[in-house]
Amino acid sequence: MSRQHIISMLLENESGALSRVAGLFSARAYNIESLTVAATIDPSLSRLTVVTVGSDMVIEQIKKQLNKLIDVVKLIDLSESFSLERELVLLKVRKNETIEQKITELDGDSMARIADQTDEFLIVEVSGEKAWLDDFLLSLGEDIIEVVRSGVIGLSRGERTLTL
Amino acid sequence: MELSGGEIVIQSLKDEGVEYVFGYPGGCVLHIYDAIFKQKEVKHVLVRHEQGATHAADGYARASGKPGVVLVTSGPGATNAVTGIATAFMDSIPMVVITGQVPKAVIGSDAFQEVDTIGITRPCVKHNFLVKSVGDIAETMRKAFYLATSGRPGPVIVDIPKDITEPSVKVPYEYPSEISMRSYTPPISGDIGQIIEAVKLIQDAKRPVIYSGGGVVLGEGSSQLRELCRTLNFPVTQTLMGLGAFPGTDPQFIGMLGMHGTYEANMAMHQSDLIIAIGARFDDRVTGKVDEFCPHAKIIHIDVDPASIAKIIKVDVAIIGQVKPVLLDMLAQIKHLDVTFDRARIADWWLQIDQWRATDCMAYDMTTGTIKPQYVIEQLYKVTQGNAFVTSDVGQHQMFAAQFYPFDEPRRWINSGGLGTMGFGLPAAMGAKFAHPDADVACVTGEGSIQMCLQELSTMLQYDTPVKVINLNNGYLGMVRQWQEFNYDKRYSHSYLEALPDFKKLAEAYGHVGMTISKKEDVEPALREAFAMKGRTVFLDFLTDTKENVYPMIASGKAHNDMMMGPRSKYNGNKS
Repeated sequence: MSRQHIISMLLENESGALSRVAGLFSARAYNIESLTVAATIDPSLSRLTVVTVGSDMVIEQIKKQLNKLIDVVKLIDLSESFSLERELVLLKVRKNETIEQKITELDGDSMARIADQTDEFLIVEVSGEKAWLDDFLLSLGEDIIEVVRSGVIGLSRGERTLTL
Repeated sequence: MELSGGEIVIQSLKDEGVEYVFGYPGGCVLHIYDAIFKQKEVKHVLVRHEQGATHAADGYARASGKPGVVLVTSGPGATNAVTGIATAFMDSIPMVVITGQVPKAVIGSDAFQEVDTIGITRPCVKHNFLVKSVGDIAETMRKAFYLATSGRPGPVIVDIPKDITEPSVKVPYEYPSEISMRSYTPPISGDIGQIIEAVKLIQDAKRPVIYSGGGVVLGEGSSQLRELCRTLNFPVTQTLMGLGAFPGTDPQFIGMLGMHGTYEANMAMHQSDLIIAIGARFDDRVTGKVDEFCPHAKIIHIDVDPASIAKIIKVDVAIIGQVKPVLLDMLAQIKHLDVTFDRARIADWWLQIDQWRATDCMAYDMTTGTIKPQYVIEQLYKVTQGNAFVTSDVGQHQMFAAQFYPFDEPRRWINSGGLGTMGFGLPAAMGAKFAHPDADVACVTGEGSIQMCLQELSTMLQYDTPVKVINLNNGYLGMVRQWQEFNYDKRYSHSYLEALPDFKKLAEAYGHVGMTISKKEDVEPALREAFAMKGRTVFLDFLTDTKENVYPMIASGKAHNDMMMGPRSKYNGNKS
């Protein structure tokens, strides 16, 4: 049975490291739902988070193949234990009352805010779990003019960490 | 000591104990070539095509156990090398490939002879480096050799922009004696708990098979494998890549397994209750139909690469580690047991295997007047007394060589098993000859494959590396023809090679000896004559039966107990 996994890794912050990870996924026909990468506070390391889907055997193989890449220093499967997952979405909509109402309701949980507005348009900033965002975007339907998603990032809850 | 970048490259090779570099000069490596000119220790072999350089370095590595080293220029130099790099990658061969790159300032500008070597080679190397400053060359070279030769070996590329090899810029040189990389810790010993679990299964097995692969050859685990096999008295099968780790002439050896493996090896796999896989990776040519692979067996898998475990086949006990220490630990555990693993203990199993063996599954028609390719290999074995280093290209001749030349020692059998690269055999034979100048080296090839890297005959003359080329010339791309006979209703689409050259004259034109052999009775005398010419490369063009097939055969996607048997075998049709 296929399941979604969030795999997060520390990479050597070197040119070409990202392409090794991305290339591995395409060469071995693994799925990428999202992929996000940026340097950490240790400038020699990047943290890369990839969301992928596969059977247990495939996910196991993905993790082994990633670990085999020389530039991958360490990795963690956030889906193996309790973790906190977030994705940021920016979306542009034409101003209308229904949408503003929805945003205000959400704002109470500090999940969404209007980040920019002009006479006719709003840019809305929403963050949350991927599945929740999928539903939220679906609920806005055709009101959305443009949308951009950051891809999922996450951390393990409690003592479990991904550090050197 | 202050050295320029070009000098550092060569000094690093000296410090690694490199004897030969196979290469071809060009614009971006001229500073490095100038450094080669000014010294004597590292010997350069000028090939005729960069593919030849990588295959020769590969053959050298396989025959010697040392890493092969290649030096080529940027752009086409690098792209020509790619096939050889991918070949080495698929078979886990240690190799360091130094590629020139355009100067840093023009990288990305589509400069003359510029190509993104790092990008092109990324999926077919263990790792690659683009060196950005002259001060980084020595450490990068050290890392390259460390990565290439440790863990699961493989090719590593060091891409060096021309400007950092500039002779006028000198930096202090010190070659790092030790290297550690925080992201790379290759396994050594296996987990003892897993080894104990494995030994429990071994103790209970009634129908065991030892399935040994190329990892035993690469991991120098041959003598430990032999000790394990002799201790347990279990039947042993080997993959195409593993041949020679256990002696091919030993009665305990039940032949190669897989697509063109023996009936007894494949049937034993199918009926087994315990498979001990050692340094093997369950390649599709070995497993056949994965869903029906060893349906009754528990599986122990020993491998240095964790990613090889459970990639294709789920296993019961996985032992990650180098073959040699794992087998030593396993032997120690077995000796603790109060069990005598003699042949009588699994007598029924051996009886069954001997019955399968009696089918004589590789039998071929020896009565015809035409030269059968199998016969040539048998005579080659006889004439070389089984002691030659034998390289092969890819196709029917490769399978005939694997089937009919039993190897008693590891590293004697050198072929492109994973990538299946036609053109590999001749340059690989040259590389093997560099590694073992006093040994007999034969390249078993076909008229299709040999034309893919034929130009290296010229290199072989220049460097005096005499090899006997055994060309099994049936006028067809034999393996393609065989598949077309079986699967495409004999529509031989583009598998017939018309307008073949006169190979005898061709060999002579390259300064070697050429022979054409068209009669069966001339096969052995021709081979004897050729091998008696110690100092000469001899091209023996054997005009063989045009329609011979390789048997047995498991058709693609079929199970081990579903074999096509040759017309001469005593197979009675029972799958049992």
